[in-house]
Amino acid sequence: MPLILTDDQLMIRDSAEGFFKDEAPVAQHRSLRDTANPDGFSRDVWAKMAEMGFAGVLVPESHGGADMGHVAAGIIMEAMGKNLSAAPMLSTAVLGATAIKHGTPEQQAKYLPLIAQGAHLLALAADEAARHKPNHVATTATPSGNGFRLNGVKGFVVDGGVADTLIVAARTSGEVGDTAGITLFLVDPNAEGVTREARAMVDSRGAARVTLNDVQVDGADVLGEVGGGHAILEKVLDAGRACLAAEMLGVSGTSFAMTVDYLKQREQFGQKIGSFQALQHRAAHLFCEIELARSATLKALQALDEGSDRAPMYVSLAKAKAGDVAILASNEGVQMHGGIGMTDEYDIGFFMKRARAAQETFGDSAFHSDRIARTFGY
Amino acid sequence: MADLETFRAETRAWLEANCPPEMREPIRDDDDVCWGGRNVKFKNDAQRVWLERMGAKGWTVPEWPAEYGGGGLSRAEAKVLAEEMRRIKARSPLSSFGIWMLGPALLKYGNEAQKKEHLPKIARGEIRWCQGYSEPGAGSDLASLRTSAEDKGDHYLVNGSKVWTSYADKADWIFCLVRTDPAAPKHLGISFLLFDMASPGVSTSPIKLISGSSPFCQTFFDNVQVPKENLMGTAGKGWEIAKYLLTHERDMIGGSDSTGGGQRDSVSNIAKRQIGLDAAILADTALRTDIARHEIDAMAFGLTMERVLAETKSGQGTGALSSMLKYYGTELNKQRMELLMSIRGSDGLTWEGPEPRDGDLARSWLRSRANSIEGGTSEVQLNIIAKRVLDLPGA
Repeated sequence: MPLILTDDQLMIRDSAEGFFKDEAPVAQHRSLRDTANPDGFSRDVWAKMAEMGFAGVLVPESHGGADMGHVAAGIIMEAMGKNLSAAPMLSTAVLGATAIKHGTPEQQAKYLPLIAQGAHLLALAADEAARHKPNHVATTATPSGNGFRLNGVKGFVVDGGVADTLIVAARTSGEVGDTAGITLFLVDPNAEGVTREARAMVDSRGAARVTLNDVQVDGADVLGEVGGGHAILEKVLDAGRACLAAEMLGVSGTSFAMTVDYLKQREQFGQKIGSFQALQHRAAHLFCEIELARSATLKALQALDEGSDRAPMYVSLAKAKAGDVAILASNEGVQMHGGIGMTDEYDIGFFMKRARAAQETFGDSAFHSDRIARTFGY
Repeated sequence: MADLETFRAETRAWLEANCPPEMREPIRDDDDVCWGGRNVKFKNDAQRVWLERMGAKGWTVPEWPAEYGGGGLSRAEAKVLAEEMRRIKARSPLSSFGIWMLGPALLKYGNEAQKKEHLPKIARGEIRWCQGYSEPGAGSDLASLRTSAEDKGDHYLVNGSKVWTSYADKADWIFCLVRTDPAAPKHLGISFLLFDMASPGVSTSPIKLISGSSPFCQTFFDNVQVPKENLMGTAGKGWEIAKYLLTHERDMIGGSDSTGGGQRDSVSNIAKRQIGLDAAILADTALRTDIARHEIDAMAFGLTMERVLAETKSGQGTGALSSMLKYYGTELNKQRMELLMSIRGSDGLTWEGPEPRDGDLARSWLRSRANSIEGGTSEVQLNIIAKRVLDLPGA
């Protein structure tokens, strides 16, 4: 597959970019924060995203989805990154849909149409430690009645506060750190024993700390095989990581565009600061870095669509590169804006906050560098 | 497509019959690479035969028109030829600045007589060319060059000096930037001349580099008479040709030094052999992190080359990217060489030893430092990106 967007994907890009620019621009992000919106996103925009087919981008047509694939999902996420559009796209449309596709026909028939309609929100409750470590599952699931009883704490659940269903990774056998013995469960957050402690994050998005205290789940709520959750979890995480890379590419893109515009406007010492070589070279270097992040991200998304064996490696490549570049682009953005870049009134700081949050989600560049090194056997 | 498959079958059969077995071996030494020219010294008969056969078919320059000594192949056919050559691991029959740099400019800017005269000789490897661009006083600021070409009616009288002329001591002809109008603004007084290095008044002096080798020369012109018909393009319009040609040079330097290609062993494979593993992890964990970061950039760069090529083919091109590829590719190659030096530790410091290739790594490392200087420094590439891509204001 050539490493470019197809004509269909170019059309999706145009419509996604127009949609988020009009419906969920940075100004809306600011307003959600200023009004301390309890959801952290606009339900109205999410409903429109469902109408556009975005919520069902990874849902098969047989379940009412648009089934446009990972490249399309990435295109949508990049447009969201450009505008800092907040929506449960990652948690529901990407992580949720990917997980449910590994479920039973009944689970798929129940959840997938609701995901595509934007009528049901999901959240992945996997991470326990502050630093991403998907095998580090200490939450236990012990047989009980016709199902299991869950106990444990999930420290960082993106959109955990608003989710209608939690996808919980718990250990049915083995030791903390083992890949075998992890099982995924669909858990009703309103069930007895579930407490959700919402926390606002630096990027004004919502996450929750979820505590499971003797939560009884039914055998029918097991997602995939008992003890075989790791393989599914990796696929779910990889879809999420690739889409986060795409979002960070969008974050980099707008940070960079704002910065270059500023270099052309701001005058000091009697001239535009963009005429200073010290800044020109940093901007030109950043341009190159963003191009590299774009190539890596597109390759990862294509590899996921192709079901390639190398997809996990390409996903880590994209997450590592796009993450580092987003940090660089937003940090350089603030620095080159000078004092105004430090003000809350100006938007560039929002991009720096989102870049950091996305970098820390599902493995930072250090995590993914390590994963790549292991893939190549060193 | 059926035609292409026929072409593939014919090409495969021809290569099988005509590519000597020695020319399917990996390149080991400098003299395994054939540069052609009047004074060519073939390493062996196979090298000569391979060049003659490929040159006769025009397959040293598959896409050039047949009337100028090329293969007259379509892009698709040339791709098939390249694939079939790779399949049998055939060496390139000819390395040549005439092919990589002058040829494309001649095809675009040369007159009919010049194309007929020079292109077939380039294709057959009969004339070896060198590039006369930089001068002792004109490096990054190339357009300030001062080598003069005075109009003497039927000829130009050339005086001055060029530096960093690659293999000038081995070249037969030079393509040379000269100042024909000293009164014009600096970019507008430059012309593009072709002349024989055997002309009276031309002399060369090799420059020894930190790597110990002397691939470059300083070249002196003392009242060299160059016939007027050797002017390429229009007098005073040489800068346009120079820039066009530099783009090709950048692609060559940036591309050939990328670490994304499958030809060279990866840094991590070399590290594994040299340092070894401890519980499936490279035994030096600090170096491991540096290597992984490098390989991430190298892979992302390789994918960027792939994407830029695909975008150009499909018309989605973003343009002016050759400076990006040159800048990033050469910086990555330098980083690769630094890492290899670290991996080898004190063993890498060997300059001369009992084995013939003992000093290779140190020399290659030193050579790599020139990557971001030749063909326009990294800083010049960043200037070009700032100006042409980002449209930032001039100083």
